[in-house]
Amino acid sequence: MRAQGEAIRDMVGSLLRRAKGRGPFRHGGLVALVILLAFNALVTPNFLQLQTLFVNVSQVATIAIVALGMTLVIATAGIDLSVGAVMALAGATAPLIFMSAFGQAYPVTGLVLAFVVPLIVAAACGLFNGLIVSVLGVQPIVATLILFISGRGLAQLLTNGNLQTFSNPAFSYLGAGKILGLPFQGWLALALAGSIFWLVNRTAFGRCILAIGGNERAAMLAGMPIRSVKIGVYMICAVLSGIAGLIVVAINSASDAARNGNLMELDAIAAAVVGGALLQGGRAPVFGALVGAVIIQLVRYTLLANGVEDEVALIAKALIIVLAVYVQQARKE
Amino acid sequence: MTTRGPFDLDLRHMVRGDTQMIGVWVALLALIVFGLLRYDNFGSSYNIFSFLNYNSMFIVISIGMALVIMTGGIDLSVGSVAAFTSVCAAYLSPYGIEIALPGGMAAGAAIGGVNAFCIIAMRIPPFIATLATMLGAKGGALVISGAQTVSVDWSSNFTVFGMGKAFDLVPWTILVTLLVALVAWAILEHTLLGRTILAIGGGEEASALMGLGVTRAKTFVYLFSGACAGLAGVILASGYGAGQPLEGLGWELSAIASVVVGGTLLTGGLGSIPATVAGALLLGLVFNILNFENGKGTISLSAYWQLVIRGAFLFLVILLQSQFRSRPNAPR
Amino acid sequence: MTPLLEMTAIDKAFSGVSALVQSRLEVRPGEVHALIGQNGAGKSTLIKILTGAYRRDGGSVIFDGAPVNFSSPRQSQDAGIATIYQELNLVPLRTVTENVMLGYEPRRWGGFIDWRRAHRRTREILDGFGVNVDVRAPLERCSTAIQQLVAIARAVSINARLVIMDEPTSSLDDREVDVLFGVIDRLRRNGVSVLYVSHFLDELFRISDRVTIMRDGRTVGCRPIAETSKLELIADMLGRDAEEIRSAGMTGFGGVHAASGERLLAVEGAATLNRLKDFSMDLRRGEIVGLGGLLGSGRTEAAKALFGVDRLTAGSITLKGARVSWMSPRQAISAGLGFLTEDRKSEGIIPDLSLRENLTLAMLPKISRRGRIRHDEERRLVERFIRELDIKAAHMDQPVRELSGGNQQKVLLARWLALEPELLILDEPTRGVDVGAKAEIQRIIRDHVEQDISVLLISSEFEELVEGADRIFLLHDGRTTSTLRNPGVTEDMLIGAVAHNANEASVQDGQ
Repeated sequence: MRAQGEAIRDMVGSLLRRAKGRGPFRHGGLVALVILLAFNALVTPNFLQLQTLFVNVSQVATIAIVALGMTLVIATAGIDLSVGAVMALAGATAPLIFMSAFGQAYPVTGLVLAFVVPLIVAAACGLFNGLIVSVLGVQPIVATLILFISGRGLAQLLTNGNLQTFSNPAFSYLGAGKILGLPFQGWLALALAGSIFWLVNRTAFGRCILAIGGNERAAMLAGMPIRSVKIGVYMICAVLSGIAGLIVVAINSASDAARNGNLMELDAIAAAVVGGALLQGGRAPVFGALVGAVIIQLVRYTLLANGVEDEVALIAKALIIVLAVYVQQARKE
Repeated sequence: MTTRGPFDLDLRHMVRGDTQMIGVWVALLALIVFGLLRYDNFGSSYNIFSFLNYNSMFIVISIGMALVIMTGGIDLSVGSVAAFTSVCAAYLSPYGIEIALPGGMAAGAAIGGVNAFCIIAMRIPPFIATLATMLGAKGGALVISGAQTVSVDWSSNFTVFGMGKAFDLVPWTILVTLLVALVAWAILEHTLLGRTILAIGGGEEASALMGLGVTRAKTFVYLFSGACAGLAGVILASGYGAGQPLEGLGWELSAIASVVVGGTLLTGGLGSIPATVAGALLLGLVFNILNFENGKGTISLSAYWQLVIRGAFLFLVILLQSQFRSRPNAPR
Repeated sequence: MTPLLEMTAIDKAFSGVSALVQSRLEVRPGEVHALIGQNGAGKSTLIKILTGAYRRDGGSVIFDGAPVNFSSPRQSQDAGIATIYQELNLVPLRTVTENVMLGYEPRRWGGFIDWRRAHRRTREILDGFGVNVDVRAPLERCSTAIQQLVAIARAVSINARLVIMDEPTSSLDDREVDVLFGVIDRLRRNGVSVLYVSHFLDELFRISDRVTIMRDGRTVGCRPIAETSKLELIADMLGRDAEEIRSAGMTGFGGVHAASGERLLAVEGAATLNRLKDFSMDLRRGEIVGLGGLLGSGRTEAAKALFGVDRLTAGSITLKGARVSWMSPRQAISAGLGFLTEDRKSEGIIPDLSLRENLTLAMLPKISRRGRIRHDEERRLVERFIRELDIKAAHMDQPVRELSGGNQQKVLLARWLALEPELLILDEPTRGVDVGAKAEIQRIIRDHVEQDISVLLISSEFEELVEGADRIFLLHDGRTTSTLRNPGVTEDMLIGAVAHNANEASVQDGQ
């Protein structure tokens, strides 16, 4: 069985190696993206229209933003399952604030707080994850499982499980606004990607992230602050998830704690991995995560637009994840 | 030295003298006593049976999950697999439970086989491999059901399994759950396969050097976990009269929580089936008691507390486990 | 007497690098056969070929009169070869019985394990060893010595004809060693052969019948232990002439005290949980102090204690007159220390990062302002070190894993030199690099000492210590045993001192 597995891997590996040259999966991801775009341009009706772009950008932004955070966490050889729950929690908090008596009385302050408080809540969730991972030394999967379960419950408690609808144009700009004809959140995702890219490649913090994921023991012996960097990474991931949660709420002009960010952890992990992040850590392809998010979204769109049901898209997503990790594995060996 | 037979159900032996495993039994006992004293109908056979009937699915899944976790792996696909097999079982229901039960379990085991192949032959981390099959099984369930609940054939004996009682005495589901627990326990405690499972979690390389059948044991646990999830799906379809492609969300986490609460180390190598069952019962009982409390009107906790409490429980256990595990070695 | 095991002309190479060349090994029935050699001499490789963990490239293995070719540990076990690896291949969370019986446990009807018989049999075996433990308890509750014996009990329970022990005593205390030797003796009386790998020479004389010596992947000798001496064995292991060592060892330790700067570091009676028992030394500014001793003497452990990796359980470290107790390498670094680790791969490089990023890893705080790395400065610095240390790479952004071993080592050296530390600890700085790079690295170290860096040099190469160090502290069994002062120290003197340490475990400080 193993020999057969190796044979398959060698085959796939060499095919991909030939296809991608020096740059790792990032380029493989780009190739996949081009193929998807070409396929759609040929097959999908009305694909090459502004409306299509518009729909996809507004959909992909949340995945991309969360995938950025997930990429950082994965770069330290961690994983964060709680992103969807944090989205729900942040998303539930915002309307509570600007719809409260205080928020009605002071609309401007209320609006500012409606952005700030949810992100503080999200950061606190990240701190919690980071502390369990770095101080208690619990595996990240398990550590973030806690908030994965109870975070959404807390969000539902906050809202009594009700769908909170609201009408607040200023807040909704986050999800419905446009700059140069493209959704605001698309620009936001790009700006965040730029910042994260800068963080990874231009700061000591970013260097620490890569070093920890690349060889934690060597990083420790080189005097790096392992604990605080890990905590920081989980906090960044949580804040980014919080932003994504706010966007979803703003798009819908409603907060639904049960559905906001549901299964987002899967999309984010898939996007990060397809974008070239190594589960063993040590690599943070920031723009790869964007490409990965676009691919995940495009696959879903392609299937939907061609009359394939959403459920089959799930299977396609599963295959993409397995293939991406498999190829990584092949390259590592 | 006392001697004992192989099937002596000696509590001390079952919990293997580990404090955390004793903890779950004590907590379970305390909650039961509390419930009996506080609520009139708590000890009624209706409450007991409906409680066990409802929780049987989670217990079965937790047992499969426990074996996987003992090897140091994880199976995130169980919830989706249960949804998938509930649909399969619903389609098979006209042929009666004799066909639908093995059919559903086989469907589950097949997905478990996919997991095993990805993990062992393709060497994909268990977390990712089972995440993928989780998506795949969910997609499969939705596809074959057309995203609708599939009603079962009420004229066959299929629903008797989920709703009826054996010999008019004990619900079939409870009986079957007990059987699964017994089989898993016997395998774990009394066969080389079971010991290998635990040894792998304690050190995969050491186990291979000892000459144990590591690949075989790992294949087995994923197949078994898949079959358990399949059984849960059959119970689901049979108990609610329909295949439910949308069910199973978050079941894997309940199962993981039960396993962990039952004192099984998430890193593998240590654990017991009875304690896992106790863990699942404990988590279920917390909600049962919350329901009673709501019924009394003293508090009004919404169902959402379930999730929060479940998470808090997990946190507590992880806290205890990390204390427990870090003691033998100096920090860092 | 026909030998139980005969390995002849074994060849093995790993990706083109020879690990074993025509090596041989012969073990007779019922003998305790020792296998010794320096690090990298090929002992482990030879054993792994025997047990089927590796496949040999050439040569033959005859076990019990028949040629064998094991392809897995299980096969060799079934043939009667049990191995007790250095990192015990046991499962600590499981019970003693399971660890002894697993895979070979008594069954009863239906394939169920008969625990009662399993426990009884385990207890019988361990009782036979004179060990009384609860066989139902998890193994991790037992001491290392007991775990060791459990591993042996496993070998006995599967009726092994040959038991291989890899450094079985490295973590045992004296009393535990006695128990172990009692058990080995019992095995021998029962006709079981023992292949015993150790670098503690005293033990060999106590327990073994014959000894095979390996060096650089070759078998260089096989002698009856009664007809040899420690000096001869050391000479064989090191490839020297025994007479030279003997005469050098008897000349005593003289020499003039060289360095005269202020005292930078003083260590008094330091001990850690990591095999360091009583380590003392001192070091002056501008001095190169060597730490020597055989493998397992506690050299690396001493460095880890100094660098804040392992915490002290006793003793003290004084830096520039102030007592220090570091909780992490981070603190040691900010106090002016650097530590080039022995294991380049697992504790040094970060393979996927570039040469540049690896080089500046420890000095990020120095080249960044408010968290932002000043890239111009970084590049300037890296360029300077590439030039000064003559690091060969396509460009500074090349992943460090693509560099040769020698160049990786230079990058790591530069990582610490760039920090301009006051004290640089170098653990085997030239291991695994080619001859050219080795000379260069030694030159770089010398140059920087002249620029007022003090060095603590750990090396298992006597030549390197003798030529490089002003003073050499010798360690044995986690304790400082003696000091040699340059000039005047010769390689043979050093070897003699090490041999004497091994002989007496306590040699007086030179005059």
